[in-house]
Amino acid sequence: MKNTIAERVFDFLKDFPPFNLLSKSKVLEIASEVKIIYLEKGKVLFNQNDTNHNHFYVVRNDGISLYKNSENEKTLIDTCDGGDVFGLRPLISKENYLLDAIANEESIVYGIPITIFETEIENNIKVNKYLITSFASKSFDPYTSEQNNNVFTDYITKDNLATTNLHSVNYTKKPLKCSVKSTIKEAAIKMSTQKIGCIVVVDEACMPIGIITNSDIKNKIATGLFPIDASVKKIMSSPVITQSKNLTVLDAQLQMIKHNVGHLCITEDGTSNSKLIGILTNHDVLASLGNNPTVILKEIKRAKKIKEIRNTRNKANQLLKSYLEQNIPLSHISKIISEINDGVTIRVIELSLKKMDTPPPVEFSWLALGSQGRKEQLLYTDQDNALIFEDVDKNQLEETKNYFLKLAGHITKYLHKIGYEYCPAEMMASNPKWCLSLTEWKNQFNNWIINVDEKAILLSSIFFDYNHIYGKSSMAKELTKSIFKTLNERNLLFMYLGKEAIASPSPLGFFKQFLVENNGDKKDSFNIKKRALMPLINAARLLVLSKNISEINNTAQRFERLAELEPQNKELYQSCSYAFKALLKFKTKQGILHNDSGKFIQLESLTKEEKLKLKRTFKPIREIQEVLSVRFNLKA
Amino acid sequence: MTMKFNLFRKKEKHNLPTYFKEYQESILKTQKLPIAETRFIVFDTETTGFSHKTDRVLSIGAVAVINNTINVNDSFEVYVKQQIFKAETVPIHGILKEGRIDKITELAALKLFLKYINNAVLVGHHINFDVQMINEILKRNKLPKLLNKTIDTGYLFKKSKHIVYQIEEKNYTLDNLSDELNISKSDRHTASGDAYITAIAFLKILSRLNTNDTLKFRDLLKN
Repeated sequence: MKNTIAERVFDFLKDFPPFNLLSKSKVLEIASEVKIIYLEKGKVLFNQNDTNHNHFYVVRNDGISLYKNSENEKTLIDTCDGGDVFGLRPLISKENYLLDAIANEESIVYGIPITIFETEIENNIKVNKYLITSFASKSFDPYTSEQNNNVFTDYITKDNLATTNLHSVNYTKKPLKCSVKSTIKEAAIKMSTQKIGCIVVVDEACMPIGIITNSDIKNKIATGLFPIDASVKKIMSSPVITQSKNLTVLDAQLQMIKHNVGHLCITEDGTSNSKLIGILTNHDVLASLGNNPTVILKEIKRAKKIKEIRNTRNKANQLLKSYLEQNIPLSHISKIISEINDGVTIRVIELSLKKMDTPPPVEFSWLALGSQGRKEQLLYTDQDNALIFEDVDKNQLEETKNYFLKLAGHITKYLHKIGYEYCPAEMMASNPKWCLSLTEWKNQFNNWIINVDEKAILLSSIFFDYNHIYGKSSMAKELTKSIFKTLNERNLLFMYLGKEAIASPSPLGFFKQFLVENNGDKKDSFNIKKRALMPLINAARLLVLSKNISEINNTAQRFERLAELEPQNKELYQSCSYAFKALLKFKTKQGILHNDSGKFIQLESLTKEEKLKLKRTFKPIREIQEVLSVRFNLKA
Repeated sequence: MTMKFNLFRKKEKHNLPTYFKEYQESILKTQKLPIAETRFIVFDTETTGFSHKTDRVLSIGAVAVINNTINVNDSFEVYVKQQIFKAETVPIHGILKEGRIDKITELAALKLFLKYINNAVLVGHHINFDVQMINEILKRNKLPKLLNKTIDTGYLFKKSKHIVYQIEEKNYTLDNLSDELNISKSDRHTASGDAYITAIAFLKILSRLNTNDTLKFRDLLKN
């Protein structure tokens, strides 16, 4: 039978995502089950903490505002206009609503029944992605980032549930074990040297009889309940839960929940009366569920071979890709990816130290420079790093330096193997110029600052963005202090840094066209790093240095801090911060697309909208350059 | 005389078809409910003309409104086969005598309609005309008139306007309402389209009348 109203609902829905991604018949089916809801101005559709509705919503006319309530504050998160979807939480998780939805005008919304829609999102990746994007963009409140971490896990698990749940789990094949005759101390030493949080206690026939985890040691030993030379039998949990090796992920999870344990012992026949062949931890289950930053970090920390680190680091690239596709704010993305990059470096240093014949003669600090130092490194880029070692006697200097050069050689080689290219300018700790004692470094910087020459500036500017990664952090702090002290005595440096910051003119030419490279194999492509990112990076660095701010290395954060310090320029600094994030995202997306660093952009490959977007971010570049030339007297 | 009358009544009642008896019973069982819980059926008919004696219903469209919400799956739309056909009104409603739309008999349409509306409150723009057209169908089938309570959006709209702007003689058309209440006029002059526009108008007028949350059902009826 004809249903004119359903047809009109269909006509409206069919043009808007996610409905435009569905088949016509599906949209019609949905349209004929829609609820058309009239809301007077100020009427509440749902409140924060309300239980989930059976519908999610599409605005038909006028607007719905979404608010987040906290303490006494009500923050506007988003306003939805015609065609926007909202109230997606019931589709994604079973939690109650986290926002208020209130009509800001007299409005009509369509309620889309979730039961009809659900079959679709499980099978349709595009729809899934779209909904998650809208969901993520609405649930993210830029000011309370930490609380929203669960958003990641929310959809990552959902995404993978259908396919991974029925796979068999990857358990650890060589579990750490000890005999029933061992003492607690012996067991604990094994755990500590292998960096593993649990050990299985086995009998003579290698059958599992108990398990000891970190928390047993914490709760039963550290509290003084048992002495460390007592038998492992005193503190082990027994009996253990055993399973056979063909366990599915879903089963494993169920077993863990059912028995309230975090570890399952895998035995030959699945009973406790056969040989132990492996162990399955909560973490293994999580890892099977897919890309999760925590899991990636843990895997990196435990990696024994460079190849393992490389494979895990590649997972992070997948993660990066999906975050970008889902429009997760760049500040979150870069935080996560920086953590992972730092984790990789730390593990590489640990493995390199093992390769050395002797432990380091003195303490040292490993610094990340450049983009990693600024926590802006999203894709694999060149490695820029440096090493500081503690001061030693003059006669030992050469020997000490040689040790650290050798160590740095291992580290940079490993990093290269993982995917971080060598720095073409050789700004790496394996270069004797960048592997110095603390005093040498101080002198080096003082020299740069006092006897400025333009070439030194380029070299030194990268050093103002360093980030301590490994070793003794107090040395890096001392160096910073020394640099600032010298800076305060001289301000010629600022002028040179300023000149560099305005050296690249606005990326747009006189006729508002893009300034492209005019020679080399990148001819006619646009260098987004040199023309757009670097001017902002340089400006931010100069401005914070001139204000004696240390410890903020990230360009976007630097601008945000500057906005706090100079209310009169707040808007400009904020737009710089925004432009920087937008440009970095752009570069990263281009990099993923072309599988390179994303530095050079083929203009003809951009859509008109993308070009416009790019041009919009250039406006603050020109303005900030004007501020610099006035403030540091650069035009004179 | 009295006996004879009773007998006659009984006979008439006995002769009523089941579908009408069921309809009558649902009306008798109607409970008093607050506005938010009341089921309103907003409906409209397209006819061959304006005379309830000589013109015929070509289609009935209706939507149900409960608690400010229209459920699309609780809507009603039928097209009726008629012998009477007036070419001059075709440009208005667009229903051809032998069009491609599936049509059913007047009686079948009536049965479906009564089952759909039950004891709901009927709402329409200048509803008396539409009710009269349905009553004529009932009459042709030897049945009593509709028993539902009715609300006229034309009357209600006038009532929602400030006393200063209420013009007693003015007859607001559905187009006037759409313009003043800012409602899109797509599907105007199809029964379902008009029913939908009327439903939205009805909800908007209700919210204007209910400024201090004290609106009662009896305020909506003409006295």
